[in-house]
Amino acid sequence: MTEQAHPAIAHDAEEVARRRWLEDTTARRWRRGAADFIRQRPLGTAGAAVILLMIFAAAFAPVIAPYDPYEQHFTGIPLPPSGEHLLGTDAFGRDMFSRILFGARTALLVGFVSSIVGSTLGLIFGVVGAYFGGKVDEAIQRVMDVLISFPLIVLAIAVVAALGPSVGNVIAAITIPVIPRVARVTRSSGLAVVRMPYIEAARSVGVQAPRIMALHIAPNVFAPYLIMLTAFLGQAILLEATLSFLGLGVVEPDPAWGNMLRGQGMQFLDQAPWLAIAPGAAISLAVFGFNLFGDSLRDALDPRLRTA
Amino acid sequence: MGRYVIGRLLLMIPTLLGVAILTFVLMRVVPGDVVELRYSQSGSVSQDVIDRERHLLGLDRPLQEQFVVWMGQVVRLDFGTSLWTDRPVTEEIGARIGITIELALIAALIATLLAIPLGVVAAVNQDRWPDYAIRVFSIGGLAFPSFWLGVLMILGLVVWFHWAPPLIFIPLWKDPVQNLAQLIWPALAVGYRYSAVATRMTRSSVLEVLREDYVRTARAKGVRELFVVSRHALRNSLLPVVTVISLEFAFLFGGLVVTEQVFNVNGLGKLLVDAVAHRDYALVQAIVLIFSFVFVFVNFIVDLLYGVLDPRIRYA
Repeated sequence: MTEQAHPAIAHDAEEVARRRWLEDTTARRWRRGAADFIRQRPLGTAGAAVILLMIFAAAFAPVIAPYDPYEQHFTGIPLPPSGEHLLGTDAFGRDMFSRILFGARTALLVGFVSSIVGSTLGLIFGVVGAYFGGKVDEAIQRVMDVLISFPLIVLAIAVVAALGPSVGNVIAAITIPVIPRVARVTRSSGLAVVRMPYIEAARSVGVQAPRIMALHIAPNVFAPYLIMLTAFLGQAILLEATLSFLGLGVVEPDPAWGNMLRGQGMQFLDQAPWLAIAPGAAISLAVFGFNLFGDSLRDALDPRLRTA
Repeated sequence: MGRYVIGRLLLMIPTLLGVAILTFVLMRVVPGDVVELRYSQSGSVSQDVIDRERHLLGLDRPLQEQFVVWMGQVVRLDFGTSLWTDRPVTEEIGARIGITIELALIAALIATLLAIPLGVVAAVNQDRWPDYAIRVFSIGGLAFPSFWLGVLMILGLVVWFHWAPPLIFIPLWKDPVQNLAQLIWPALAVGYRYSAVATRMTRSSVLEVLREDYVRTARAKGVRELFVVSRHALRNSLLPVVTVISLEFAFLFGGLVVTEQVFNVNGLGKLLVDAVAHRDYALVQAIVLIFSFVFVFVNFIVDLLYGVLDPRIRYA
């Protein structure tokens, strides 16, 4: 019981927070939220730093990269890391450091597009189901049940098998399994919102259904949506790497961390281990960063989900 | 309970049917059918031959009719013939499924044996160095791709022990020691992630129970800490742990797809990847269906386990 503050004090703190919230503008709220996050969650901030570093590397890859990632210098054998080639070269004489930088572009593109599109479609299905209920909800639920019955990677492989490997198809293959998982969560949060008096009020003054869903329900399930989205960012990057590693994702000569590990990384494992270590480390660091950030964001946004 | 089980079983039928429809449709989206694929290498073939072949395989019939025929075969465990090896799909799968199941069981065993002690140690030492060490260990397990871990393991084994991935698989009944020596590394690679998830769950679950009144009562009446943790806390915190372990078991099959590729283990996962590469749709369809059915069944069993493990949960 020692952990619990005195009720009156708790109430005051709540009141202060509420007043502060009302007086703030949106921009100030975001700034204050970010400042709180940095102060209270060092691990999450470290994750965010990794993400920013990765975005920076991807955005300025052509400027930072010392070599063209496709440029070949025929040396016959992979060169070990040196001052000239920070992470060595592969058997085609392509600079590994440059390829890792450009690989960040692939990873971020696939990660962001598939998790944002997947989560947003999930949000739409979840909110529509929650708002209309009845047969519409039932139909959406059954379809989502089917989609969720496939293991993530197996569904992704099946989609790639049907469409063929390419960046666009990899994005589709990762997007589809995300949809039902987000739809479930946003639907259950949406069900609570639909019963709120202000929804009834909006309906009674004649606001159209799409407007109610977009302006009154969606913003109120934004927290679970954002939590799921960040959680899937790391997963999507891992999934892209996995598919590319299996030869079912981004294929050579395009640089992706997964396919760098697949071909020469495995082939020259005992002679040129740097070919396998660098891309694997890049994948791990990226997923690690997104997971740390995602976990902390979840703790910050939804105290009920906190894992002790 | 009996009625609940039957009800749940009946509810599974539409889901499984949906899974089958989606799998069927996905494999029909592919541009060009089986016949075209088969003759694509052999140069020009007259349209007549193609039409006859299509008729023979029933590909000229309406889609819904094809689906019904296919379902009829699936129910009898007949998945047709592999387009790549020309052997029955059931035979191809039968030859490989054993390795995958064995690998999954070893990985699950490793994960459970690691996760429960680690989770308890972390919870008991909350916010002290053992807790931090275990948490870092388990966060790492979630970030390292299992295939990279596998590659690093092979690298270490090759460099230090001059070991090479075996070319021939030795079955358990022929030489159990050799068999385990082959499977232990892929099992560890995939089990690490698995144990990471379970460790985190054990830690938070034990932490929650340690705050309960009955734990304080046990301590107050002088029960030794070891017994407080093992008899009072651990027992009551196992339910979510068992749930996570069994749910992850279903996910494990997905992880195996990749690990088998790295370690050259000739299991179902490797078969799936090879089948996709060879555009062997009959085989892809069958394996996807098997993985999904296992997934649905495991979820069902987890639900039932809940009731067995926690008598407070009643089935109406």
